[in-house]
Amino acid sequence: MLDAKDVVKIFNHGTINEKTALRGVSLHLKEGEFVSVIGGNGAGKSTLLSAIAGVYGVDSGNISIDDRDVTRLPEHRRAKYIGRVFQDPMMGTAANMEIEENLALAARRGQLRGLKWGVTASERAEYRDKLRRLDLGLENRLTSKVGLLSGGQRQALTLLMATLRKPKLLLLDEHTAALDPKTAAKVLELSEELIHENNLTTMMVTHNMRDAIAHGDRLIMMYDGKIIIDVEGETKRNLTAKQLLDKFEELSGSSEADGNLLLG
Amino acid sequence: MKRKSTIPSITVKFVALAALVILWTQMPTIISGAVSLGLLWGIMVLGVFITYRVLDIADLTVEGTITFGASIAAQMITSGQSPALATAAAFGGGLLAGLVTGILHTKLRIPALLSGILTLTGLYSINLRVMGRPNMPLLPFKVSSVFTPLNDALEPLSRTFPELAKKGYLSGLSSVIVGVGCLIVIGILLYWFFGTEIGSAVRATGNNPNMIRAQGVNTSVMIILGLMISNGLVGFAGALIAQYQTFSDINMGQGSIVIGLASLIIGEVLFGTRSFRNTLISVILGAVTYRVIIALVIKFGLNANDLKLFVAATVTFALTLPQMQTYARTVIKSLKRPRKAGEPNA
Ligand SMILES: Nc1ncnc2c1ncn2[C@@H]1O[C@H](COP(=O)(O)OP(=O)(O)O)[C@@H](O)[C@H]1O
Ligand SMILES: [Mg+2]
Repeated sequence: MLDAKDVVKIFNHGTINEKTALRGVSLHLKEGEFVSVIGGNGAGKSTLLSAIAGVYGVDSGNISIDDRDVTRLPEHRRAKYIGRVFQDPMMGTAANMEIEENLALAARRGQLRGLKWGVTASERAEYRDKLRRLDLGLENRLTSKVGLLSGGQRQALTLLMATLRKPKLLLLDEHTAALDPKTAAKVLELSEELIHENNLTTMMVTHNMRDAIAHGDRLIMMYDGKIIIDVEGETKRNLTAKQLLDKFEELSGSSEADGNLLLG
Repeated sequence: MKRKSTIPSITVKFVALAALVILWTQMPTIISGAVSLGLLWGIMVLGVFITYRVLDIADLTVEGTITFGASIAAQMITSGQSPALATAAAFGGGLLAGLVTGILHTKLRIPALLSGILTLTGLYSINLRVMGRPNMPLLPFKVSSVFTPLNDALEPLSRTFPELAKKGYLSGLSSVIVGVGCLIVIGILLYWFFGTEIGSAVRATGNNPNMIRAQGVNTSVMIILGLMISNGLVGFAGALIAQYQTFSDINMGQGSIVIGLASLIIGEVLFGTRSFRNTLISVILGAVTYRVIIALVIKFGLNANDLKLFVAATVTFALTLPQMQTYARTVIKSLKRPRKAGEPNA
């Protein structure tokens, strides 16, 4: 499904602010695999997701999705493969536009847009059903501006938008980090539901080690622009926070792990 | 784009209309002239609305495009082309101007403000080339304009009511009709376009480019499209204004962006922004209101040389109005709210 080979990303190349954010990351994701990604601040998690989504080009390496080399495709042309939810609830939706307009924009992800009406009556009914499932009362507010919603409501909506047209790859970047614990748990539960129901190939970045252990069938940990831990199957299921920390210390030769938010 | 207005906008519209009618009975020629100008400039204000509000870009190209449209129309009409064709060509010229600014901004990555200034600077020379001189009168040529057929058709009216015509109650009728007609057609087209899939993508581009790019939309193309439609309308307005005032002048675009913003904000503040359709109407009414205000202050003795200063001050005032409204509202709220025990003074 996803194949990243030796991806290197250097910001501000050749200036004093040069920063190598990805130092040759290789990653293969099987169809339907759900990977949780953890790592300290600045480990390169967001950069990896952005590089896959094509927000910026990479300095070397290759990225392909479904055997199609997308390394040189601009972001808007990769969008047809990828659904995304960002850390900032403001990022994923258009605040001045209505809920149904946002959904309709997402329903046409990667499609050719024409002069047909932007939201049709039949899709409106479909959106109402899907919103009802979120259980946030949004099904009766189809024409409300998204800007009026709470952060949690916006993230739930963004999640729905990202999966409305089934993506080949779902990228979640700390999408619950800005929410209060109760809302975060609810959005996380919703993510899990949508991922399983649609059998979505998913990368979910989280700052919370417990979430990373509890969710997904594979776990990778990043450190300093590299993947340093990659576990799946039986090992992943039996993984404990203690084991993960020990392994991190051993591999990185550092004991900053507990201090550096890993325990969330 | 949405702001809550405490007074229902329908009431404001009614009061404004009543005021306009009263003013018109007192000074028909001045008011009908102001309304005509307001309606024709209103087409330009719709263009400014598309860039400033929908795309969230302050596009200065407008200042050159309005003259470009006027020059194209003046040149074509004086050389014998039909006024309708000349006006359509002005629209095309506007599209081109918008395309240039769009490419400078999105493809060459020049900041939007500077892109607009570059196009408008270039247009100055182009406009001189088009007209072959800085000022091109239409009147001495006894040529027709888009208003001529209507003027002819309305001729019998002033013969039937010579008294009314003499007092000026029939003046400007043709331009008001043309203006209203154009605005209705353009308004409907814009409402339709911005409701379509592409139009929605243009709106989303102005609102949150990251989001819409993640939905597979090429935001550069959307920005170029928006700038083209906007400047097309401005060129079209320029052509009508030239025909209305019976000349095109190299400097006629000067200050037009400020006029556009003033009209836009006056319209939004007075007449509301409840929905896209409501906003389109408000913006047009704002353009008329602006012209009437200007006509009145000149009538009541403002030196025409001081006009630009007055306009700049008005726009500054209008731009800060929303903030002042919010401020006033919070003050009122805090006064109304009974203070809880132990709460420190605000
Ligand atoms: N746009 C950018 N410009 C410059 N440096 C960046 C940019 N984005 C990220 N970085 C740097 O790259 C490193 C990795 O960042 P990031 O991928 O955001 O980390 P994470 O998401 O794991 O916290 C950090 O050192 C960060 O400062
Ligand atoms: Mg991050």
